Amino acid sequence: MATASPSVFLLMVNGQVESAQFPEYDDLYCKYCFVYGQDWAPTAGLEEGISQITSKSQDMRQALVWNFPIDVTFKSTNPYGWPQIVLSVYGPDVFGNDVVRGYGAVHVPFSPGRHKRTIPMFVPESTSKLQKFTSWFTGRRPEYTDPKVVAQGEGREVTRVRSQGFVTLLFNVVTKDMRKLGYDTGPLDTQGVSRPSPPQGFPQ
Amino acid sequence: MVSEESQLGNQPEPVQEEPKTHLLSMTVRRGPRSLPPIPSTSRTGFAEFSMRGRMREKLQAARSKAESALLQEIPTPRPRRLRSPSKKELETEFGTEPGKEVERTQQEIDSQSYSRVKFRDSARKIKPKPQVPPGFPSPEEAYNFFTFNFDPEPEESEEKPKARHTVGTNQGEEEGEEEEPPTRGRGKEMDEEELLTGDDAEDFLLGLDHMADDFVAVRPADYESIHDRLQMEREMLFIPSRQTVPTYKKLPENVQPRFLEDEGLYTGVRPEVARTNQNIMENRLLMQDPERRWFGDDGRILALPNPIKPFPSRRPVLTQEQSIKAELETLYKKAVKYVHSSQHMIRSGDPPGNFQLDIDISGLIFTHHPCFSREHVLAAKLAQLYDQYLARHQRNKAKFLTDKLQALRNAVQTGVDPEKPHSSLDTIQKTINEYKSEIRQTRKFRDAEQEKDRTLLKTIIKVWKEMKSLREFQRFTNTPLKLVLRKEKVDQKTDEEAYEAEIQAEISELLEEHTEEYAQKMEEYRTSLHQWKAWRKAQRAKKKKRKQAAEDHPDDEIEEPHPEEDLVKPTPPEPTNRAVIEQEVRERAAQNRRRPWEPTLVPELSLAGSVTPSDQCPRAEVSRREDVKKRSVYLKVLFNNKEVSRTVSRPLGADFRVHFGQIFNLQIVNWPESLTLQVYETIGHSSPTLLAEVFLPIPETTVVTGRAPIEEVEFSSNQHVTLDHEGVGSGVPFSFEADGSNQLILMTSGKVSHSVAWAIGENGIPLIPPLSQQNIGFRSALKRADAISSIGTSGLMDMKKLAKWAAESKLDPNDPNNAPLMQLISVATSGESYVPDFFRLEQLQQEFNFVSDQELNRSKRFRLLCLRSQEVPEFRNYKQVPVYDREIMEKVFQDYEKRLRDRSVIETKEHIDTHRAIVAKYLQQVRESVINRFLIAKQYFLLADMIVEEEVPNISILGLSLFKLAEQKRPLRPRRKGRKKVTAQNLSDGDIKLLVNIVRAYDIPVRKPAMSKFQQPSKSSRMFSEKRAASPSTHSPTHNADYPLSQVLVRPFVEVSFQRTVCHTTTAEGPNPSWNEELELPFRAPNGDYSTASLQSVKDIVFINIFDEVLHDVLEDDRERGSGIHTRIERHWLGCVKIPFSTIYFQARFESQEDEKLLQATEKFQAECALKFPNRQCLTTVTDISGKTVFITRYLKPLNPPQELLNVYPNNLQATAELVARYVSLIPFLPDTVSFGGICDLWSTSDQFLDLLAGDEEEHAVLLCNYFLSLGKKAWLLMGNAIPEGPTAYVLTWEQGHYLIWNPCSGHFYGQFDTFCPLKNVGCLIGPDNIWFNIQRYDSPLRINFDVTKPKLWKSFFSRSLPYPGLSSVQPEELIYQRSDKAAAAELQDRIEKILKEKIMDWRPRHLTRWNRYCTSTLRHFLPLLEKSQGEDVEDDHRAELLKQLGDYRFSGFPLHMPYSEVKSLIDAVYSTGVHNIDVPNVEFALAVYIHPYPKNVLSVWIYVASLTRNR
Repeated sequence: MATASPSVFLLMVNGQVESAQFPEYDDLYCKYCFVYGQDWAPTAGLEEGISQITSKSQDMRQALVWNFPIDVTFKSTNPYGWPQIVLSVYGPDVFGNDVVRGYGAVHVPFSPGRHKRTIPMFVPESTSKLQKFTSWFTGRRPEYTDPKVVAQGEGREVTRVRSQGFVTLLFNVVTKDMRKLGYDTGPLDTQGVSRPSPPQGFPQ
Repeated sequence: MVSEESQLGNQPEPVQEEPKTHLLSMTVRRGPRSLPPIPSTSRTGFAEFSMRGRMREKLQAARSKAESALLQEIPTPRPRRLRSPSKKELETEFGTEPGKEVERTQQEIDSQSYSRVKFRDSARKIKPKPQVPPGFPSPEEAYNFFTFNFDPEPEESEEKPKARHTVGTNQGEEEGEEEEPPTRGRGKEMDEEELLTGDDAEDFLLGLDHMADDFVAVRPADYESIHDRLQMEREMLFIPSRQTVPTYKKLPENVQPRFLEDEGLYTGVRPEVARTNQNIMENRLLMQDPERRWFGDDGRILALPNPIKPFPSRRPVLTQEQSIKAELETLYKKAVKYVHSSQHMIRSGDPPGNFQLDIDISGLIFTHHPCFSREHVLAAKLAQLYDQYLARHQRNKAKFLTDKLQALRNAVQTGVDPEKPHSSLDTIQKTINEYKSEIRQTRKFRDAEQEKDRTLLKTIIKVWKEMKSLREFQRFTNTPLKLVLRKEKVDQKTDEEAYEAEIQAEISELLEEHTEEYAQKMEEYRTSLHQWKAWRKAQRAKKKKRKQAAEDHPDDEIEEPHPEEDLVKPTPPEPTNRAVIEQEVRERAAQNRRRPWEPTLVPELSLAGSVTPSDQCPRAEVSRREDVKKRSVYLKVLFNNKEVSRTVSRPLGADFRVHFGQIFNLQIVNWPESLTLQVYETIGHSSPTLLAEVFLPIPETTVVTGRAPIEEVEFSSNQHVTLDHEGVGSGVPFSFEADGSNQLILMTSGKVSHSVAWAIGENGIPLIPPLSQQNIGFRSALKRADAISSIGTSGLMDMKKLAKWAAESKLDPNDPNNAPLMQLISVATSGESYVPDFFRLEQLQQEFNFVSDQELNRSKRFRLLCLRSQEVPEFRNYKQVPVYDREIMEKVFQDYEKRLRDRSVIETKEHIDTHRAIVAKYLQQVRESVINRFLIAKQYFLLADMIVEEEVPNISILGLSLFKLAEQKRPLRPRRKGRKKVTAQNLSDGDIKLLVNIVRAYDIPVRKPAMSKFQQPSKSSRMFSEKRAASPSTHSPTHNADYPLSQVLVRPFVEVSFQRTVCHTTTAEGPNPSWNEELELPFRAPNGDYSTASLQSVKDIVFINIFDEVLHDVLEDDRERGSGIHTRIERHWLGCVKIPFSTIYFQARFESQEDEKLLQATEKFQAECALKFPNRQCLTTVTDISGKTVFITRYLKPLNPPQELLNVYPNNLQATAELVARYVSLIPFLPDTVSFGGICDLWSTSDQFLDLLAGDEEEHAVLLCNYFLSLGKKAWLLMGNAIPEGPTAYVLTWEQGHYLIWNPCSGHFYGQFDTFCPLKNVGCLIGPDNIWFNIQRYDSPLRINFDVTKPKLWKSFFSRSLPYPGLSSVQPEELIYQRSDKAAAAELQDRIEKILKEKIMDWRPRHLTRWNRYCTSTLRHFLPLLEKSQGEDVEDDHRAELLKQLGDYRFSGFPLHMPYSEVKSLIDAVYSTGVHNIDVPNVEFALAVYIHPYPKNVLSVWIYVASLTRNR
């Protein structure tokens, strides 16, 4: 079916937002969205999603499991601006106000196959102690104007954040025509990629 | 490790343990064979030793025996196992025995239990490891623990590797010597398994290990005497001395040290190392490495150049507070006076003023002067020629070339054997050929030179003759010039011979050449002849064929009249004729050369002649001479275009020479940019006239006084002088001939002899200013300076300067750092090689480029990506850049390239008149600069841009939120909260819709009842001028009867058009319709860019048009009325509202020029106001056009309106005010958000506004307010909200007893209580000296009191607590108006009319557009009337007239009035009327344009567009 010289390549991502570890919080839900460059366009699937509220498991693990599926296909002409998934986790605070519990972002894996990613999450800090108190009290904590800023570098220097917990994501990545367009992202045989790649940057 | 072992003797040993024991033994063996080494003081040790010695001997013997025994026993290893349990037995047994005896006994037993050992060994072989159970010492270890004295550690560790290595090889020997007990067993084992040495040793002690626990050896503590230790240390350690090593030691024998640096090789700077350290290292190296590899040829340790830079490449980080303070400490420095000379200013650090330029002006000679007589002209010519002659004579090129020719001929002669010229070798032939061609060349040159010489001589003689004849003719002499021709006699015979020989030689050469040429030509001829013959043949064949063909198909013949070009038969070349050549040569020689019989002529010019005294001259000549005497000349010296000095005025001599002999010493501060001499001539007492300017070169820095040669600089002037005496004048044709032919035009010209040099100071330092920060004069400063700082970047381009600098700064040519520079210089100074006109910084870059830059730039994809990344507006939102170049259309770049091209070109086509084109360009530039500034500001994010955070609430809110705690957390029916701003990231085409809610209309003009058509229509709305101007539709009474809906006065509907998308409401009826409809228009952002900045620069306007729908019955036949309805809907435009799609958007991050205190006050004021009435506009500071914050009252100041307007109604103030308001409204409206991309609201001052001829409400209001102030009215700027502008600025005036509100953009005014006033609320009033904020309960103008003196109603900015500081106005003192060019306006009018007509035709592509000329001309006459009456009160006359003239036409049209800004807006306005939509088959159109020019190029444009339908 493939034409001799494709003009776009396709990136299909499916998987799920598996679970999260937020030791102090419960009853969380998460939102995800994709941030991608100008040369990218989604062709199928959902770019954004909001999950159900999940409670902690009653066992040792205390895991918050969503198992919220992601399924989206992008087309692109340029690997610049490779899609990133941006996650933001929300949950009620002591007074029952919905507050943000964490932001995080990670690039969709480049190579085809199955990948597991654990993203550390963080929230912006209040500018002062008083602010912190009032925001705690009123339940209106500082939030990013747009969650997508966590996928960008611009303007981050004015913010201070605190890390909160982890979210584990599972990606199954399929690409099409990338090699034909000259982009080599992985091993030739994609059969041996069944093992999950090691998580990013921190001990599990 | 050993010590540890001795302590933890009962621990299981590591595997290395055994080798170590061997080690020990080894060391000892090396020594005096006393083993283990026991201090002599120890008696016990001694006894042991002797005993052991004996035992050893025994064992030796036993060993040899055992060996042989074991050999025999090998085949039966099995029974050995049986013995292994005995180990334990033995252990217990030996445990009780005391020390020495035990030792001996053990050994004896050992020898006895020999066979046992053997057995165990073989068992070991099978199971070697588990022999020593964990937690117990190995037998050997145990033994060693009690018996050995351990050697000092260092020795051991040093020997260890060696020992370990030798374990395997020296085994036998070792064991034999030292460990007697093991050796026996070992000896046998060796045969069995030689490599298992460690295990062997262990096994060996099997017999001993049981006693380990029980040994107690009492010995004194080990002590080594200090001497011994020192001795040993001396053996083992080496302490390098600190003494300097003599060089000979460091070098191979008989080698002299060699110093590379002295030989001129680059060595670099060695790193600093202390002398002693170097010595130590040298000594050490000498000891360790006898080959002296570490030493260089100069006998020093090899070292790389010091890698440490002397200066830090990073800025110093200030860690301590003190240092920060030190850095920030301010120092008082006296202000330095700014010398106004930009780049070449001498730095303040240099001692100013002690640079000096000496200009020596020695004299002036005129080569032509108006007072020259004819004789003078000739004399000057003669002098010039003579100079030329002297110069040529000095060079004597002809002679040189002759000699060269001779030499070449000789060379050829010797090279060629004349008898057999063809037998010579190729190489000789080649050189000879080269010689010959050179001879040819040289001969040509020589001939040319000789010819020149000769002609020069001839000309000199000719001029001299002319001069003589002139002198004779005029009978007086003016010049002392005298030419003497000296004849030098020559020996005629030799001369003749030489001449003849020369000719002969030349002839023979030429002959040779010719024969060669002939041969060549012959060859060519032959080939071409051959070709021609072949062609002839073919041609003949063809002809034959054709003939045949022609016979067959006679038609074809015509088709090929000239199948091939006819070849011409070549002609054979003519053979050379000697006679001809000879004649040629002789002729040439006669022409160019001195004939042999002629004597050599040497001209000599002297000034020996006498000048005829004046009294013997004719009158004309006398007057000329007197005129000359009257004249005097002086020179002005200009330095950097400033006169610095002038010479004395000297009279012009009769020989037209002026001697000055003056030296000017110029003390200079600035670097000389130009040095000019101006030649002035004074005639009598009249003022001096500038004759010419002479530009002197600025001397090189090496030229100092005393060394500068006197140079002559020529000058000439283009003045035209005609004199009434003998003088020939300047720039005037004159002739020497009687008949006036051969005219000459001479210009005043001359030479200044001068010299310019730098002065030398007292101490011999040249007083030269640094050449753009360089100071060549001071060597010390140079040493550290790099090239750029010393000669300036411009100097880098100049290779000579660079080379000079390199030479002067004593650059090390061998320093690799300087290599590129040196190479460059060498290339540059060698001259011939190619010197690139660029300086490559990264020479290697090219090698790493995978494609060439050109190729990369040619890639369209790359270009697109680059442009997008640079955020070029056209590409900022380009999505999905194609993968391949071929998929990118070239037209993608067209717009961008066009914009780039147009940036410099003022596009007059679109704007028609140049002033507006220039303004448009200026606006574009301002806009770009503002946007650039904004983009930079945009890079700096504030926290608020990134994070949404609640402000710290005050108590009330806190309380409220406390109250909220009790609320339901997640109510089932949540109430809607304020919506967050939609970020523009995800928007795409079609997502944004423009919603227009049309509610109702009032006072819509109604159709005239057919009978009463001259009646006044119902009063139109006062809001929009267009409505007033709209003419009611006219119907012919005959048709009126047919209308089923004729009772209805008007059927209006509203049409909204935006971005050429049109939506309309349903048709309502009556003059006060109510639609209540929502119209939805899709919105497209430019370039698909939905960012806020882009959205705000959308220039599109929302047009809301009201039309009257008219139904025409077009049924031709009344009989069909029953069966079908056939009507045509016509719509008639009634009026329109325009709403620009732009919102106001503040982004004020700009600097300010106001006082800090004032700014604080403004902030406070605004904050207070905003707190009380957040919806009311409060303005205190605005941004001016240069981006600075300015206090608003500075904009208000009485300014004069154009006098022209004031003259119209000199006695009627109100009428004048209205006229002025109209004038202001005629200045085109251009919202800031459009011009400045929605970034900020810029206020321009009134003069800027009038220059730009574009501005938004504020500018209009400010100008109008200023005019009113100047008219003596009380006027304020009124900031508020209006419909449809939104936040805007109006003008409020106080007329006798009432207030008037003026809309500056339309020029209309409203009473305070006028319900139709578009102004809906009032925020603040601004006067020239204060701001008043509305603190009344209401803000509608109807309900408020405008009396600003009441502090309860109006909060003033300046009050008693903060008095008005007297801010100066930013406005100009006075506005200057130019009268508009009527002709230009008329021209513009014609062009616009033409353009609009073309457009209307374009909009009707399917219909024929006819123009009714008659109607057009009527309309054209009518429009000026409209302008005069400002569009009022002329309707009736007009209609009457129209009806009269167009009796049988149905006419529907409207005059449009608008200020003129650009054609596009006019086109849009005409389009929006929809006149072109009429598709009645026989419709005709009329269109007239009238432009009325107001001062300052403000143009009022009237367009009358109408459609006419002929009544049947």
